[in-house]
Amino acid sequence: MNSSFPVLTRRQLGSVAGASALALSLGSVSALAATPVDTLVVAFAFDDMITLDPGETFELSTSEMIGNTYSQLVRYEVTDPTKLYGDLAKSWKVSDDGRTYSFELKPGLKFASGNPLSAEDVVWSLQRAVIMDKSPAFILGQFGFTKDNVKDKIKQTGPLSLTIDTDKAYAPTFVLNCLTATVGSILDKKLVLSKEVNGDLGAAWMKTNYAGSGPMKVREWRPNEVLVLERNDFYYADKAKPARVIYRHIKESATQRLMLEKGDVDIARNLTPQDLAAVTANKGILTTASPKGTVYYISLNQKNPILAKPEVREALKWLMDYSAIGDTILKGIGVIHQNFLPVGMLGASTVNPYKLDVEKAKALLKKAGYPNGFKITIDMRTVQPVQGITEAFQQTAKRAGIDIEIIPGDGKQVLTKYRARTHDMYIGQWGTDYWDPNSNTDFVRNADNSDNAKVKSLAWRNAWDAPALYMQADAAVLERDPARRKAMYEKMQAEFRATSPFIMIYQMTEVAAYRSNVSGFRIGSTSDTNYVYRAAKR
Amino acid sequence: MKFSRALGRFALAIVLTYLGLLAVTFFIGRVIPVDPVLAVVGDHAPEAVMARVREEMGLNKPVLEQFGIYVAKVLRGDFGTSVLTSNPVLDDIQRTFPATFELATLGILIGAGFGVPLGVWAAVRRGGLADQLVRVMGLIGYSVPIFWLGLMALVLFYAKLDWVAGPGRVDVTYEYMFTPSTGILLLDTAMQGQWEAFRNVFSHLILPASLLGYFSLAYISRMTRSFMLNELSQEYVVAARAKGLSEARIIWRHALRNAMVPLVTVITLSYAGLLEGSVLTETVFAWPGLGLYITNSLQNADMNAVLGGTLVVGSVFIGLNLLSDLLYRTLDPRTRQR
Repeated sequence: MNSSFPVLTRRQLGSVAGASALALSLGSVSALAATPVDTLVVAFAFDDMITLDPGETFELSTSEMIGNTYSQLVRYEVTDPTKLYGDLAKSWKVSDDGRTYSFELKPGLKFASGNPLSAEDVVWSLQRAVIMDKSPAFILGQFGFTKDNVKDKIKQTGPLSLTIDTDKAYAPTFVLNCLTATVGSILDKKLVLSKEVNGDLGAAWMKTNYAGSGPMKVREWRPNEVLVLERNDFYYADKAKPARVIYRHIKESATQRLMLEKGDVDIARNLTPQDLAAVTANKGILTTASPKGTVYYISLNQKNPILAKPEVREALKWLMDYSAIGDTILKGIGVIHQNFLPVGMLGASTVNPYKLDVEKAKALLKKAGYPNGFKITIDMRTVQPVQGITEAFQQTAKRAGIDIEIIPGDGKQVLTKYRARTHDMYIGQWGTDYWDPNSNTDFVRNADNSDNAKVKSLAWRNAWDAPALYMQADAAVLERDPARRKAMYEKMQAEFRATSPFIMIYQMTEVAAYRSNVSGFRIGSTSDTNYVYRAAKR
Repeated sequence: MKFSRALGRFALAIVLTYLGLLAVTFFIGRVIPVDPVLAVVGDHAPEAVMARVREEMGLNKPVLEQFGIYVAKVLRGDFGTSVLTSNPVLDDIQRTFPATFELATLGILIGAGFGVPLGVWAAVRRGGLADQLVRVMGLIGYSVPIFWLGLMALVLFYAKLDWVAGPGRVDVTYEYMFTPSTGILLLDTAMQGQWEAFRNVFSHLILPASLLGYFSLAYISRMTRSFMLNELSQEYVVAARAKGLSEARIIWRHALRNAMVPLVTVITLSYAGLLEGSVLTETVFAWPGLGLYITNSLQNADMNAVLGGTLVVGSVFIGLNLLSDLLYRTLDPRTRQR
């Protein structure tokens, strides 16, 4: 990576590494495996990382990189995601009509490049994301911003102040939560524009380079090999604990485990339940876990006349052995959850009424006109734990006469079919785009159920037309009283549980195992709050 | 005149092979039921963004036109940008190929270095203990999954015995002690006099290379054995024995020399196979090579990367076939006369 801001040169880093090597070589052979004390080494599968540009990326690993290296106007507390605090913003207020948000920035802020950070950078970064209109731009677009009007809607009002005008009086929590998303990251305007080519707002350069102001900065990214972060000495708040964090792309759980046990890595991030159970027996290794904003579900395409029957939809919900799946396949990596909002989010419900009840399902099938069951297919990505869950479901559904044929495929293949809504049943996951309940109303939103609809939400993909719920979702996003808003989402979930063609199965738990000389590392609700910069080593 | 005509035919064959390779890969990439746009925008992007990216990628154009555009770009030396890495495909290949090259070269040196003598030994001691031993080694090489064997080797030699370094190409400590100019880390560290780092790189390399070497050894030794058995039953061997030549001379100077002719093809093709990148070995040993690169690209419908990678693999095969032809001519004078 060619960075124009000061970073350690290879020679300087070489001498640091050289000194560490010398120190280590005086020790025993096995000590050679230990990582330098100021360097955190993380084994992590990051092959989803395709760009480093916050205005373009939507991937989980990049999100973690951005969370540690960029700043936003506001953020939420890792310990309580419903609480917001100012990151770059010193304060903010919402106008009486609920449509203007005024922000005041903290003074003396700087980017990792050493350039000063002002309201100009904030305004430009947010406008840039909308103008570029890449995948995550819709998060900001929800407030009525378009390429043409965004310069009038997001305006600098002073060296350290700016305003954001929304098209409707949205719930303030919704607007602020969207600003915590990675697309709300603030870029070094001067640096990025110096790399601009043909008016691309620096997009080509930003794909593989860094221009932020977070606690760490990106030194190098070699796709599918290594991502190196370094401490940003210009960071305005508490300095990052490690001098550098090295992510090594190691896909195999068993390999990660060996390297963790050996001390070649400090944290292993993608251990299977089996490997996780094995490392917990090791006294030198600790684990941490957190529920994430990703829910797994089976959906039933309403274009299929059998699945369109309400009794069939309900019967299938009673044909999943949730507790057995939770106790075995999901142990340590997920918890049973039958709602579309993940736990931890405003208004999330923890009511899980369904359990395996074959007799009840049979009665419902009889009522629907299928006393002997039917044959149906399910499209499935061949990865665990999805495969295990699907096979378990296939077995239990058979007990009510439903013969499920599993159609396996790889991720993109299954997704292509799902998006074309040519499946019968589909098992998949949905990760929240920003930490606000509105993000997951994709499960109920379907303004136009025709094949050529412009918005292809999850409800659309399953041809589910639920205007009543859609209207509730629209009303909830405008509700400015948090308590009333919470109640509205709870009501929607109750209705959804009973009538939707979605069998919600579980919420993902992200787990990491780390060596006992590491402290301060914890996993957040979303990838961008997995703060490695807070982890210290002894 | 004759030579230039042969050269011309050879060049034409190469061009057609490349074109065929490109066409097959390109059209397979277009008929598989995977939307390449998803690789760029992800699953959550709105339809409008998907439609725009589809147009930007030229996927709205007729397939033949897309192919034409692609070939024209390749002829200009532009392999496009990889969706997954945001880098030009050529840069990615320059980064991943040396890793595979280093691994495969050491692998084939081990495979041929041990495989040929073992095969000869087994042929000479046909039916004996040595023969059985070589056969069992070959059988294990064929039947045990490389993935499992790799993990077991790591557990034993890395985790338990501490003889070798673990997965990856170099330890974090040495990562920035040298500039990876050629990408072949043994060479880079040696050229820059970084001997500590050189030892560390070698320590990382030896286990996966031995594993690949073992698998090619299994094949090479079996083929050597069968070629040698064929040679040892020839009349010239009987004649040589009758003349009173020593057994060692007969085996190593006469029979092996003749057996080497077909064996060269076996070894070069094994090498070509290793240069394609061994996906499973690269996965277990977290080796950032070409095999992983192409597989990952395929799974994500990153077609520029797949096509670029396929061209490299094709070139390796064409190059090594050519090399094997040349060696053939050197080793067997009869082929030169034809």
